[in-house]
Amino acid sequence: MFVPVENASPTFKDSILIMPAVSVGNVGQLAVDLLISTLNMPCVGYIHTDCLIPMVGNHPYATSEENSSELSTNAEVYFLPEKKLAVLQIRSPTVKSKTRQFRHLILSWIKSNQFSRSILLSSSHAYQCDDRQLSGSPLRYLQTLEMKNIIGDELQKLDLKELETTPAFPGISETEQRLWIPGGGITKRFFTECSSEHIPLAVLLIFCSEGDNIPEAFTLINFLNRWLHLVETTGAVESHNWKIPCSWKLLFGSGIPPAIF
Amino acid sequence: MATFFGETVILSSRAVDEEDEEEEVEDENEEDREIKRELEKKREVHLHWNADFSRQFETSSDKTLQISELIIAVGYNASGFLSAFALSSGKWETVGNISLWNEKSRFTRETSLEHPGEPSCIFYRKDENPEVLICQCTCYVAEDQLFQWAAKERNVLGCIEKRSLKVTILSDCPVANYRSPEYISAIPVPFLKALKTRTYNENLCCSPLEQPNVVSGIPAAVLSYCQVHQIPAVLYQCYTDVVKLDSVTIETYKSTLSCSSLRKLIKPCTALSTEILKKLTEDNETQSNLYT
Repeated sequence: MFVPVENASPTFKDSILIMPAVSVGNVGQLAVDLLISTLNMPCVGYIHTDCLIPMVGNHPYATSEENSSELSTNAEVYFLPEKKLAVLQIRSPTVKSKTRQFRHLILSWIKSNQFSRSILLSSSHAYQCDDRQLSGSPLRYLQTLEMKNIIGDELQKLDLKELETTPAFPGISETEQRLWIPGGGITKRFFTECSSEHIPLAVLLIFCSEGDNIPEAFTLINFLNRWLHLVETTGAVESHNWKIPCSWKLLFGSGIPPAIF
Repeated sequence: MATFFGETVILSSRAVDEEDEEEEVEDENEEDREIKRELEKKREVHLHWNADFSRQFETSSDKTLQISELIIAVGYNASGFLSAFALSSGKWETVGNISLWNEKSRFTRETSLEHPGEPSCIFYRKDENPEVLICQCTCYVAEDQLFQWAAKERNVLGCIEKRSLKVTILSDCPVANYRSPEYISAIPVPFLKALKTRTYNENLCCSPLEQPNVVSGIPAAVLSYCQVHQIPAVLYQCYTDVVKLDSVTIETYKSTLSCSSLRKLIKPCTALSTEILKKLTEDNETQSNLYT
C-alpha cells in the first residue's frame, strides 16, 4: 500500500501517472529514471508491499554528497504538484506468485487517487516481431476506451502505430486475434484489467532485445516527451535534454583488470 | 536470437520470465487452488517465542514487545561476530526462533534449536538489558518469504513497539556483488559499507554504500520496513571474498564498535571472545586429508 514520506498524504487527483512495467531490457524503468532525474522530482511516498522482492540502495538520483546517503526502496512515488505529474518507479521484480495481487494493488491505488490519466511504459521481445513489425518504428501504443475518449487520436497524429493483434493459433486462418506482449511482464493483463475497470490508461511500448537498452529508453522517453511536453527540448539532439542518473554507472560490471591489456 | 550455427535460441530476460504463469490461472480447478494454498502455507514464516517471553505480549496493552535496540546479524560471519563479542559476556538466553521451509532451508522449529551449527534464526536477550534483542540469522530466506520475515504481524518487526526502537543490522555479502570503477581484485577485502534510514542520525562507522550498489535479502526487507515506518536503522554490510566463517571477516565488524547500539553490548578483545572466535573458525575449517 502507499505510505507517504511526510505524515500528510499528497493529493494526486487529476494528475497524470507514469509508471514502468518490469519488462525486457528494463526499458520502462530506465525511461522513468530519466524522467525523475531530469525533472529532479522529490519522493513523496513508498509502495510498501509483499508483492515485490525487497531491495534498497542509496539515492539513485543524488546530485551531491549531501543527498547521496538518502535511502531508496524498491517502489517509490515521485510527484511534482505544479506540473500535476506523478511517477511511480519500480526497481525490483514481482514475487512470482504475487503478480496478480500486485496488478490489483496498483489498479486500486490508481482508482482511489483519481489520476486523470495513467501511462505504462513497457517493452516487448524484438525477436518475436512478425513481418509487419520488423520494419518502421519499434514503438507501439495501446489505449483503453476511457483514454481514447480523453485524448482522441493524439497518439496516431504523432505517427505512432497501435500494437497489432496476433492470431491465437499462428498459421491457421480465421482464428481469433489476441493481444500478445511477450517479455512485457504485467503489461498485457494490466491493460485488460484497466479496460475492464474503465481506467484511462495508455501503454507505450518498444520492441527490444536484452543488452545495452539505454538507446531504447531514450527512444521511449523522447516519444513520451513529444506527446506530453514534460521537459523543454533544446537543440537538435533529443538525448541531450535528459539528465543521466548516477545509478546508471557501471551497468555492465566493475572496472576492467589492467592485466588483460 | 540466432547462434553462429543458425539455430534459434530463446534468450532469458533478466527482467521477466518467458512463461506466462497467469495463463494457467483461468484453467485452475479447486484441486489446483488447494495445492497452491497448501504450498503457501508450507512456505509461511513463523516466529516462536518461548513461554516466558510470550507472556510479555499478554501483559502489554497493545500486544507488542517493548524493545529499544534490535540487533540483527545475517550470515555466518556477522553471527560469529556477535557470538564472540556480545553473546559471550553476560547471561544471554534464547527467547525465540523463526521456523520456515524453502528449497534451500529445510528445517523446522524442532531441528533448529537442537542442532547448533545448522542454519537457523534465533533470538537472544539478557535479564540485565531486557530492552535489547539480538537475532542471529544464518538460514536462507527465499524471496517470497523476506517481507513476511520482517514485516508480517507477529513476526520480527511486526511485534515490536516502534516508538523508541532502533535497529542495527550486520550482514555478510560476497565481494563479487560489489560494483566499483576499480577492478574488484585490486580492492582490499574484507571491507564495510553502510546504509541508513532517514531517521537515523548517528555518524556512520564506515563509508556509505555508493551507487549503483544495492542490497537485497533480509537486510533490504528490514531497512525498507524501517524507512517506511520512520524507524532509525543502520546496516553495516561486510563484503568478503571468503564464503565460510573467517576470523579476518569477523574482525572487520569491529569497526562498528563506535556505533552506540553495539558499544553498549560489545566487550572488545576479552580472552573469552578470542577463544570463542578461534573455536568458531576452527570448527568450520575443512580438514584436508589427501596430501597432508
